[in-house]
Amino acid sequence: MIKLQNISKKFGKLKALDDVSIHFSKGECIALIGPNGCGKTTMIKSILGMAVPDSGQILFNDKNISPDWKYRSQIGYMPQIGRYPDNMNIGQVISMMKDIRHSDQLQLDEELIHNFELSKMLNKRLSTLSGGTRQKVSAVLAFLFNPEVLILDEPTAGLDPVSSEILKEKINKEKQKGKLILITSHVLSELDDLITQVVFMQDGKLKFHNTIEELKQETGEQKLSKAIAKIMLKEATHE
Amino acid sequence: MNKVIKYVIIDILRSKIVLAYTLLLLIISFSVFSLEGNSTKGLLSLLNLILFIVPLVSIIFSTIYIYNSAEFIELLVSQPLKRKNIWSSLFSGLSVSLSLAFLVGTGLPIMFYEPSATGYVMVLVGCFLSVIFVGIAMLASVINRDKAKGIGAAILIWLYFALIFDGLVLFLLFQLSDYPLEKPMMIISGLNPIDLSRITVLLRLDESALMGYTGAVFKDFFGTNIGFITTLISLIIWILIPFAISLRRFKHKDL
Repeated sequence: MIKLQNISKKFGKLKALDDVSIHFSKGECIALIGPNGCGKTTMIKSILGMAVPDSGQILFNDKNISPDWKYRSQIGYMPQIGRYPDNMNIGQVISMMKDIRHSDQLQLDEELIHNFELSKMLNKRLSTLSGGTRQKVSAVLAFLFNPEVLILDEPTAGLDPVSSEILKEKINKEKQKGKLILITSHVLSELDDLITQVVFMQDGKLKFHNTIEELKQETGEQKLSKAIAKIMLKEATHE
Repeated sequence: MNKVIKYVIIDILRSKIVLAYTLLLLIISFSVFSLEGNSTKGLLSLLNLILFIVPLVSIIFSTIYIYNSAEFIELLVSQPLKRKNIWSSLFSGLSVSLSLAFLVGTGLPIMFYEPSATGYVMVLVGCFLSVIFVGIAMLASVINRDKAKGIGAAILIWLYFALIFDGLVLFLLFQLSDYPLEKPMMIISGLNPIDLSRITVLLRLDESALMGYTGAVFKDFFGTNIGFITTLISLIIWILIPFAISLRRFKHKDL
């Protein structure tokens, strides 16, 4: 569904993405992991068209994304740090997004608004919100339009255990519907039961892209976090 | 596209700065007209004030607004919207609200005290200046990632057009005073939208007689219909070029 072909991106001297080629298909739930600054967020932003790669191309449903923009209506994006216009309240932001995305033609998924109990806080200004509540707003907006692809950048960071569980349940539900889900996260154990594939990145390069079963077999570990740790260790000793 | 303009205008109105700007213009205009007994003289005093204030407020407010909307722009870019539409909507939203502020703040008093062709030309020129400096502000803010640098650049640009440019022109005139410079001067004045606006309005007032031979040559050209249309076209070019460059930069910008 999403294909990256030889994507490179530099920020000054730093190579954020170095000749990355990868293919994500429908129905997969992919964990994008790697140390800080390894290019995870840059990769996500390139897919969303927020960062423009220096070379290479990205295909969405076999169509190049760079002249196209309509493909973004099929993506729900939850940023790492949700930043919204300060002098709007939650209700205004949600209705603005509905307005912009022509939601009258779509079936809206407002489940998360109820589950997060946001309906009571609709007239709170965004500048007064805590990090966790902002994160909830971001999650609501990502799922609201029933997109085919969900891109979640550190979705559970800053959420309390209850909300985090609600979100995980929601992700699982969407996964069952056969959607493509891309998650970046540091907290591996939390994702254990959701993920079908793991992509590991380091210094802007793709280190490996395996299914969970392969990974567990290869390392002989049952827990994802331990399996990853083992591979990272192996990489380190190689160098 | 219209939807984004709507939210930009709502957002600008909510910040109340544009409202304060309108009030400031109203107070200045009414006091200038009531201080001067002769309303044509009032128009001249008002012209000098407007050529100073309008570009300054327009460029500073727009630059700060674009930087403060970084989050909003980021949010919009990840949505199914064309980047061109987002940027044009910001431009239109800013231009409409600042021109509207000018129309109410200066247009109303002029309609009240000096409802002549000259007065209306001045209102038109003020609206043009508002929009031109919105465009320049957007260019300054798309080039500089850093907010402090961007606002600094905006202030410098304003200083250049409002003060330094005239100084340079005077210097040039004195250095080359042996040569007939009247015709090249017309082209040079086209390089500064503020000067262009000043000449357009001044030549419609009797005070242009004080400008000597250059004034006469200017009047021969700018005073005619063709001259007026040329001025308008130059002002439109001053809107389009900075905006077009900023749009090109924005299309390839990483957010």
